Amino acid sequence: MHPDVRDGTDKQVLRVIVNGEERRGVVDVRTTLADFLRHDLSLTGTHLGCEHGVCGACTVLLDGTAVRACLMLAVQADGCQIETVEGLGDGDELNPLQAAFHRNHALQCGFCTAGFLMSITGALRDGPVETEQEAREVLSGNICRCTGYAGMIRAVLETSEQVYGTQAAS
Amino acid sequence: MSRRAERDTALLPPAAAPFTKNMIGAAIARREDHRLLTGHGKFLDDLDMPDTLEAAFLRSDFAHARILGIDTSAALDLPGVIAVFTGEDLRPIMKPMPAKVAHPDLQEMPRLPMALDAVHYVGEPVAVVIATSRYIAEDALELIDVDYQELPAISSTAAALAQGSPLAHEGARDNIAVHAVQRAGDPDAAFAAAPHVLSETFRVTRGGGHSMECRAVAARFETATGQLVVWDSTQAPHYARNALANLYDMPEDDIRLIAPADVGGGFGPKAQFYGEEAVVPWVAMQLRKPVKWIEDRRENFIATMMERTQTHRIKVAFDDDGILIALQDVFEHDQGAYVAGLQVPMITLSTVPGPYKIPNIHTELYSCYTNIVPTSSVRGAGRPQAVAAMERMMDRIAEYLGIDPGEVRRRNLIQPDEFPYRVGIMFRDGSPLTYDSGNYPELLSGVIERIDYDGWRRRQAELRKEGRLIGIGIACYVEGCGLGPYEGAKARLTNSGDVLVTLAAAPQGQGYETVYAQIASDAMGLDMRYIGVTTGDTGRIPFGQGTFASRITATAGPAVLQACQALRARIFTTAAIMLKLEADNFVFRGDRVCLAEDESIGVTLREVTQVANVGKHGITLLRGVPAGLETQAYFAPERAAYASGAHAAVIEVDPETGRITVLKYVIGHDCGTVINPMLVDGQVLGGFAAGIGNAMYEEQFYDSSAQPQTTSYLDFSLPSAIEVPPVTLFHIQSPSPLNPLGAKGAGEGGTIPAPAAIANAAEDALRPFSARINEMPVTPPRIVAAIAGRTPVVH
Repeated sequence: MHPDVRDGTDKQVLRVIVNGEERRGVVDVRTTLADFLRHDLSLTGTHLGCEHGVCGACTVLLDGTAVRACLMLAVQADGCQIETVEGLGDGDELNPLQAAFHRNHALQCGFCTAGFLMSITGALRDGPVETEQEAREVLSGNICRCTGYAGMIRAVLETSEQVYGTQAAS
Repeated sequence: MSRRAERDTALLPPAAAPFTKNMIGAAIARREDHRLLTGHGKFLDDLDMPDTLEAAFLRSDFAHARILGIDTSAALDLPGVIAVFTGEDLRPIMKPMPAKVAHPDLQEMPRLPMALDAVHYVGEPVAVVIATSRYIAEDALELIDVDYQELPAISSTAAALAQGSPLAHEGARDNIAVHAVQRAGDPDAAFAAAPHVLSETFRVTRGGGHSMECRAVAARFETATGQLVVWDSTQAPHYARNALANLYDMPEDDIRLIAPADVGGGFGPKAQFYGEEAVVPWVAMQLRKPVKWIEDRRENFIATMMERTQTHRIKVAFDDDGILIALQDVFEHDQGAYVAGLQVPMITLSTVPGPYKIPNIHTELYSCYTNIVPTSSVRGAGRPQAVAAMERMMDRIAEYLGIDPGEVRRRNLIQPDEFPYRVGIMFRDGSPLTYDSGNYPELLSGVIERIDYDGWRRRQAELRKEGRLIGIGIACYVEGCGLGPYEGAKARLTNSGDVLVTLAAAPQGQGYETVYAQIASDAMGLDMRYIGVTTGDTGRIPFGQGTFASRITATAGPAVLQACQALRARIFTTAAIMLKLEADNFVFRGDRVCLAEDESIGVTLREVTQVANVGKHGITLLRGVPAGLETQAYFAPERAAYASGAHAAVIEVDPETGRITVLKYVIGHDCGTVINPMLVDGQVLGGFAAGIGNAMYEEQFYDSSAQPQTTSYLDFSLPSAIEVPPVTLFHIQSPSPLNPLGAKGAGEGGTIPAPAAIANAAEDALRPFSARINEMPVTPPRIVAAIAGRTPVVH
């Protein structure tokens, strides 16, 4: 990559594959991945809640792994596959996890929702979630201030059951 | 001597035409969800605002200091910086922002949009940089040189009130913002004559709102028309608009203030008005360029309003049966560096008596200035502290007399046939504290039964012999909600034939787009699919108050009901004239207005709008048709309504680590008529998570020079799904007679008694040690300290 130094700032060309589509940009090297997604690529579904890696609102999947986009530089994602909330559904149709959130009132203000959806999506790819305690652990890396998590727990268990066909323990 | 409850003449509900409840009471899934689940939410920083400059605020590093000078020259030289403003540069708008809730005796120190001669808390804005990006703006902050002369700082209410302490504000008389008293009966005589008196001091600390979206404001000035458009992540658009009109000396209609359709949580702090909200639009007007400011979490920790610490010195008088004779609670409230509003301590002042019959009451407030960010309402708004003090004392009475804590409460509860019940003191809405309806005994017995209280008492005794510390805690509360002065709604049949309901209120996740369509649907008898709801825009409806204090369902709900019933009448009148029939037997079927007994006779809603709205250019309107199918209604409740509830907790305490594990938790909740049960459950359980945070985790720390020590989530714990225990929740519905929906409020009941329930359970668990839990949150160090040096005695 060729750094293009202008006005004393370092810039780099960046190529990422976001939700299956190749996207390019030129960014200041200090631009975070979250800001690149939100402002350069206009993918504003990913949100910033703390910018120090705790709340999880900025969670995206990078080469299949859940990461905090607020703590990564955009240039660190050069050449990587990124999945954001905008890529979960199919057009207007909600995917099973999104539909489960809707049925179970697992969101209120919705600000944290994208981060939860991506964290859960990553976790469900690793295997089924069959008990309430396991569901709580999957959710524990993200903070929600509105819902108290009850609807999300049901949504995780229902989606796991739908995806893996195993009955959740009551 | 027990005091007979004073009976008002029976209250008649405000007049309303009868309506069928099809949608009201139904668990309709939310319309808002789709955009939020697919990443298309409309939060302020998500909105496409091309060519907008970004602001960053320079904030004071000192809790109390004089500003001797500010040098912004180096910042201005940084490429990408457009402008820098200090307080001096903002002189035209440097007017004091008045307290939202005041008091005749308030010693009000002026709160300016930006610091001018002095700063009074760490985090107070002293300058703002406008640049092409937030990154550059923050770079520029580091180049601004402020010459501070540090002054002594007040870091607690104890420091504020101590003899010879310095002043939090130079030029103030003292560090007391207001001293207020509420009295009923003759408490002095009652205490003197009472058989038993117990007293205690409780310190209750609560945290900030910590909505996941921080504050945000953006503005654009239309030079051609002189119109200012402001986007504000606020709970109170009209309140903010009025504040701006006043500060800028502009007509209110030249300022359009819009809360985005999506606001990422409010919880109270966003219902206040801040200096940043005054500065950003002004700067946009001066620069003739759109400007936005997106708060980050570090700013939110130090400069967004929060609740903090109250110290309650409470005493209760009672007889041999545990019947309450008198209550006295003198408490200190940390008001912070300025009085943004007195609502929190004024609510505490009148919430202490709770659901009990107490003939003699004395509650007394010392609201103290400190050099920390101002306090204001956070979900619960002063009620948790009052409930903590009272409910802890109910347990102390039980312990003292050897009576079961549930039984002591049962003996003192206001009974279901004693409503409306006059407590004897005033509520913060200016009316005599009068509970409208409720069934407190059913709530209490409901939680006791569902938590298997007797079973757990047996287990507690057995497990104590094994050295395991199980505790059971109960807390009951009454919650003033549905406050006035009013709330408003419009209803219009638009030219496309759909009904548009316009709310003045702004949501932060409560589901207004769904809930108010449900109410409108029943009010009109029209399928919900033809009804849309828009919110929070001062340009669409001129008057409103805001979303706070669990008030909107009980005020906007009736406003929507009334506006829609009136719209229905106008539509039917128009249809009748169009069909040349009498107007009294129409119904809606799909998108048509037709006769109930012959649905083939009717007109479509679009045809109705063609006649009444659109008209034929220059042609006389059909005689009798009311022109323009829009109605509006403002509902002003006679006084606050009172929701209520009870919580019960079973916990286990580890004496070595101080860790609390919640084994079982039950909530009984009464918010009157439930409009959407799924959403109400969401409010109660969400509030409960915040309550657990208050009970066990959330505490901010300041050192003796009032420097914040907790400034990130690495220092300050918000509950995750692991920390929030599962809850058994049941509802009862005691409709309020104060509005035609019978609605009360549901937003805060999950939060209010949680710290009291957990603290009661903790002290109960530690009873073998005769330990005292007098501080909340009940954290592990406090548990360990309470039993330090004590040997347990197990009977």
